[in-house]
Amino acid sequence: MLEKTYDAVVIGGGAAGMAAALAVREGGHSVAIVDREAYFGGILMQCIHNGFGIHEFGEDLTGPEFAERFISRVLGAGIDIYLDTTVMDITGDEASHVVTACGKDYGVLRLECRAVVLAMGCRERNRGNVAIAGTRPAGVFTAGLAQRLMNLEGYLPGRRVVVIGSGDIGLIMARRLTLVGAQVLAVVEILPYPSGLARNISQCLKDFSIPLYLSHVVSKITGKDRVDGVEVTPLVEGNPDYTKSFRLSCDTVLLSVGLIPENELSRKAGVPLNDDTGGPRIDANLMSASPGIFACGNVLHVHDLVDYAAEEARRCGEAVGRFLSGVSAKQFPLTAGANVRSVVPNFYAPDRENVLYIRSFIVKNDAILSLQIGGSEIKKRKLAHIQPSEMIRLRLQPADFPALRDGRDNLMEVAIR
Amino acid sequence: MKPIFDVAIIGAGVTGAAIARRLSSFKLSVALFERRTDVSFGVSKANSGIIHAGFHHNPSTLKARLEVQGNSLFDRLKAELGFPFRRVGILVVAFSPEELKTVEALYEIGSANRVPQLEIVGRERILSLEPKLNGDAVGGLWAPTGGIVEPYRLVFALVENAQANGVSLFTDWSLAAARRADDRWLLVSETGETHEARRVVNAAGLYADEVSGFFDAEEFHIIPRKGEEFLLDKNAAGFPSHVIFPVPARNSKGVLVIPTVEGTMMVGPTAVEIEEKDDTGTTTENLDRVFSLAARMVPGISKRDIITSFAGLRPTLPGDDFFIDLSRKAPGLVQVAGIQSPGLTAAPAIAEYVKELLQKDGLELTEKPDFVPTVGHSSKVVEMNFAELDELARRERAFAHIVCRCESVSEAEVVEAIHKGHITLDGIKFYTRAGMGRCQGGFCTYRLLSIIARETGMPVDQITKRGKGSTLVVGRIGDAGRDMEDGSNTLGRAGFAPSGRKRSGSGD
Repeated sequence: MLEKTYDAVVIGGGAAGMAAALAVREGGHSVAIVDREAYFGGILMQCIHNGFGIHEFGEDLTGPEFAERFISRVLGAGIDIYLDTTVMDITGDEASHVVTACGKDYGVLRLECRAVVLAMGCRERNRGNVAIAGTRPAGVFTAGLAQRLMNLEGYLPGRRVVVIGSGDIGLIMARRLTLVGAQVLAVVEILPYPSGLARNISQCLKDFSIPLYLSHVVSKITGKDRVDGVEVTPLVEGNPDYTKSFRLSCDTVLLSVGLIPENELSRKAGVPLNDDTGGPRIDANLMSASPGIFACGNVLHVHDLVDYAAEEARRCGEAVGRFLSGVSAKQFPLTAGANVRSVVPNFYAPDRENVLYIRSFIVKNDAILSLQIGGSEIKKRKLAHIQPSEMIRLRLQPADFPALRDGRDNLMEVAIR
Repeated sequence: MKPIFDVAIIGAGVTGAAIARRLSSFKLSVALFERRTDVSFGVSKANSGIIHAGFHHNPSTLKARLEVQGNSLFDRLKAELGFPFRRVGILVVAFSPEELKTVEALYEIGSANRVPQLEIVGRERILSLEPKLNGDAVGGLWAPTGGIVEPYRLVFALVENAQANGVSLFTDWSLAAARRADDRWLLVSETGETHEARRVVNAAGLYADEVSGFFDAEEFHIIPRKGEEFLLDKNAAGFPSHVIFPVPARNSKGVLVIPTVEGTMMVGPTAVEIEEKDDTGTTTENLDRVFSLAARMVPGISKRDIITSFAGLRPTLPGDDFFIDLSRKAPGLVQVAGIQSPGLTAAPAIAEYVKELLQKDGLELTEKPDFVPTVGHSSKVVEMNFAELDELARRERAFAHIVCRCESVSEAEVVEAIHKGHITLDGIKFYTRAGMGRCQGGFCTYRLLSIIARETGMPVDQITKRGKGSTLVVGRIGDAGRDMEDGSNTLGRAGFAPSGRKRSGSGD
């Protein structure tokens, strides 16, 4: 059993894990990254389309290009790297944590550390999660698996494809499949508006004349051994109207029906989760309620843009550095109010810069985002358009906060009206 | 020259597998024929996995006798074959005085069937036995001898043991005709392959009626009765410690809440008679119905925790009893038909019974002195502590390479499954659990494809989910417009044949 000691261990070598590890290392602390794959970059490596890095680098990059900028820095930063290595367990207490992993090159690996950064990313919701009726033939893929098979393995999952859900990966895959000669018959979305980014609706569907059926569901998948078709049913006032169902013949169904932060390890380690996001509850330092365990990127909450995941992870790495150096700041709770599905983090620190990531419950033009402490509004911002699929990001400086008295809970509520 | 088998068994579900394994302890040449690509891929794979206690069926029926006897054989079978099995006990829950009356009737039936340790329990006791139950329960029946099993792992272990003791297995081998020649039967497959056998056991599940027809034997009609089941995440709330039954309905034992051996939870099944023998579709209405019935018993159950659903077909006969007998029309044929619930429970007893019938028919049974009743226990990462894993990984690195993160399945376990002949994704899933967890193959499928390709030499575009027609990918990128004829991509070496498995068309 290989045993090592670090100041911090980062679990996951995607954009978030790399950005967090770099920030920890730049703070002068020792750090290791563990990843299950044989390479860094995580899901970015199968995202060969562009649209990455506009905020982070001011450039329009592909996923692998975006990852490469971090990979080259990680390789030169004096960070220990454990690839092809799966973390099995996180144990320990406030003073010290043990990350146990295994990999072909090491057998079992025991990494002792003072801080753990969770950066495992997310997984795709699958057919079972959305309970689609019908048979269970081959040819039903989550969009990300299909993307992996195409872009990293070089295989074509099918020739006539129906995409269920209008999440970003599904939209990207609709275009990708079209580009290699497959026919995408439809993207079917249960909601009256798309789940993916507006730019992807335009660039991936409209530009290729792929039909988008809003307020429709795939009510049935048919086919004995391989998919031979789907039944599509419109929703009328929220309920399926089976009299208006129609059939599309296809050999493949792709599911792009949402992402779930992958927190099985966190849960096993006893890290309390936030029901609104599926990720750990975190304070203003991105530290979970388990002292010394931090979280960033898609394992914390599903981001729309990798740029923001990386930005969040950098701030997480800096916070890990402060934790390791024993620097603390006072903080107060933060909660989701009216029309807000989730807000991350769950605490704010009035003496520091805070970045809030907010998801709305509603679709609205000319909305107002309002921050209140103890019933009085401390800040508001006008938003031209909001919808659940587009994350709202808000930066708060110490100057934004009124003088807050200790001893009060100073609960800040984020609401949309 | 091809051997003439003493006994040919048609169908490698749990019944055929148990019979093959039982017969493998005698000096006999036995063949097991399966129409699908892997064993247990028919009725036996889509099953509730319950080892019933034996209080549902009238003592006058054959199935009641074989059920109770079968149940009693499971401890020894598990000790020998090591498949996942636990006697967690069964609770039947009543919510009204009328339902309690039915419980009393079940108790009477169970007592007549000589079910051990059966008791009627009141409200307080039932809620202490199972705190997750709806507090409105008024009482019920407690059968501690009931249990749960992973049905396909049971079948795999039976077949593996049978093969180790000399049974020949033929997969992708579908019977198309049978002809009598002298004292034996000539069995012809759909592809024209032939084998000869002196006696034949019809354990063909849903197709037992068609198989009987090939022998001009008894005429009967198997009616598929569909059961939809839903599998819930390990982290699901409302997880019971015992199998929870409602008070039974007329043609079914009702919708159950089942804690599986592997730590997930299952709810179902429905019971609907259908026409088609391959109609395993699920419906939205039944999903809603199953969950409302399950939640009535265990309120913590939620649709949100579903990781997958499936439907199985029970091969039923009118009258609902098993039909196990020597054919009165076809010489040397044993009929084993209508093996629906509690067929899984009864399987070891059915095997015993069929052995006796064959003996009655004149088959000479001499015990094999070198019969090995056990199968080797293969190592699983999920069952090891870290010191054990480290120790094992020193010798075999592939144990430290986790392929399926949700169920902690290593590359070594997948390779073992492939070498034992499970070369489809479903076969590997049932053998190792890779792909059976919450991500449902989202992260491990591409890894499995490359391991299968490497170990078998099969091109990736020929690897299937569960056999013929169920290929995963249609070809290489760039081939979208044309058919994949050349199969030019091979990740692995060619010429691999899984050990102990004969495939249709391969010839001998």
